[in-house]
Amino acid sequence: MSLKRPAKDQPESFEFNSSSLEAANKIISKYPEGKQQSAVMALLYIAQKQNNNWIPLVAMKYIANLLDMPYIKVYEVATFYSMFNLSPVGKYFIQVCTTTPCMIRGAGKLVEACKEKISENESELLPDKNCSWMEVECLGACVTAPMMQINDDYYEDLDKEKTLEILDKILKDEIPKPGSYRGRINNEPENGRKTLMELKNA
Amino acid sequence: MLKDQDRIFQNLYNDLGSNLTSAQKRGDWVNTKEITEKGRDWIINEIKDSQLRGRGGAGFPTGLKWSFAPKEVGSRPHYLVINGDESEPGTCKDRDILRFEPHKLIEGCLIASYAIQAHVCYIYIRGEYFVDGQKLQAAIDEAYEKKLVGKNAAGTGWDLDIYIHYGAGAYICGEETALLESIEGNKGQPRLKPPFPALIGLYGCPTIINNVETIAVVPTILRRGGKWFASLGREKNTGTKIFCISGNVNNPCNVEEEMNIPLKELIEVHAGGVIGGWDNLQAVIPGGSSMPLIPKEKCETLTMDFDSLVAEKSGLGTAGVVVINKDQDIIKCMARIARFYKHESCGQCTPCREGSGWMWRMLERMAKGEASKDEIEMLGDVTKQIEGHTICAFGEGSSWPVQGLLRHFKDEIKKRNNFDPIVKENQNIPYLVDQHLLDKNA
Repeated sequence: MSLKRPAKDQPESFEFNSSSLEAANKIISKYPEGKQQSAVMALLYIAQKQNNNWIPLVAMKYIANLLDMPYIKVYEVATFYSMFNLSPVGKYFIQVCTTTPCMIRGAGKLVEACKEKISENESELLPDKNCSWMEVECLGACVTAPMMQINDDYYEDLDKEKTLEILDKILKDEIPKPGSYRGRINNEPENGRKTLMELKNA
Repeated sequence: MLKDQDRIFQNLYNDLGSNLTSAQKRGDWVNTKEITEKGRDWIINEIKDSQLRGRGGAGFPTGLKWSFAPKEVGSRPHYLVINGDESEPGTCKDRDILRFEPHKLIEGCLIASYAIQAHVCYIYIRGEYFVDGQKLQAAIDEAYEKKLVGKNAAGTGWDLDIYIHYGAGAYICGEETALLESIEGNKGQPRLKPPFPALIGLYGCPTIINNVETIAVVPTILRRGGKWFASLGREKNTGTKIFCISGNVNNPCNVEEEMNIPLKELIEVHAGGVIGGWDNLQAVIPGGSSMPLIPKEKCETLTMDFDSLVAEKSGLGTAGVVVINKDQDIIKCMARIARFYKHESCGQCTPCREGSGWMWRMLERMAKGEASKDEIEMLGDVTKQIEGHTICAFGEGSSWPVQGLLRHFKDEIKKRNNFDPIVKENQNIPYLVDQHLLDKNA
């Protein structure tokens, strides 16, 4: 389940730093005049990035002011979409897909690995760990199932052992290489592809 | 099997690189100007002749959709919106287009925008595809630099701006009106139709919404002619399609194939067969999780296109084929899909918001064998109460897979959930004080 309940400890104030503000203004200019409200999702992302991967309530108020829209509408958007974290998460935020296509290829083992290495319960942030994990719905990489997402990157074609290796690296503050962990290239059939043969290794 | 030269997405596996130079070598952006010079009507007619149907799931004829845009631009500008909110479990085709064939998509955006007279195009990408979206953004920047989009795009005399809008993990935003709400900065809750977006869409302006794959095949169709596209597949189900084969197969993969390809060929030839052999096959979900599953017996002869799957009471959907073999518990698989829909319901219509949770909880109990036999009929009843009673097609999408399970695997559920909750004879249960009513001689 996603982190839709706002955290108990909220910071006093929030403001975009100069690079965030520049990025925000660039995004607002994409939309027609008077429709700046369209930028709310992008601005929430920027706030989340600036604030260690979660969005405090003051940031929503700040964005509401910036876009000249009611605070409740920003709150509505922030609570509706599952990718906005309203409570702190780890520096490395691990999302394991457990929807059917991943489930039937053994996503349960990945969850086991997370429970062993990180925390017994999902979305639990232990003081001595730099990461937290969560089960999520389909991440759209079904062909390379089972898979998980760490911050922005996809880690595909996993099994329990490989997941444990990845988590070990993460716990040591190293970033493992994203992509397939069975060494296959993108979404092509692993051995014996039958199409586009002439282009192979072109 | 489809000939390699008839495949539209030559770079599906990124053998050649996705930048502009290599895209141009594959024929993108070669004569965009000449295509637009033939005029809007020619473009729309050619797409109509090709019988291209939308690749996002519903299969609506694309040429017809474009012709709904007002012929003259009035006081309100027109918009083109590309739906790249691919979240249907079992589907991952748009991701490969975004990262490996971005120029096909961008060129398609230009041609489609010209045809429907839009100067602004928004590409809505699901938030999880952030890295792939960055690759598309790099391609858009490259196109701006080479003056292929922007003012007088590609020398066509048409001005076009393309912007990416990221979603944030809501499956429902793949529904076209929810997607528009999301771009406008609201919660993604679908709108009532009519009015249709072609007349009142984004910001109340005429808007055409197409799937990524639909738009990406447009330039190739116009180059090689609608007749060529229509010659592939069969009547009303023409052309090629990217199939995503996942689940219990030896080599899960994405592959572009001709419409109407036999399912068995898709699984045996391209995906390396079912794990444990063909006899170990239990069922196949043919078109992403919202389409009813198909049991093994029918998989032998099934061909994959819109109409033949409808005849089997299923659908092609997004062509995400999920193969389930006999090692899996089919009820559990469907319970997990029901949980997905429970999680993703936007909460606007009561039948869907409440019903999706009911279906999930009932199926979870059925998987454990804790349901009574009456509940099987009740579950069917619940699906009927959701289907057709909601604003958008999510109601159908969540109830069809459960109906599919009930249609084909009822015996399996019955076998596991066999107890009768009604007390038919006197038992020594102190709190059942009404047992005297069971007395047949009374």
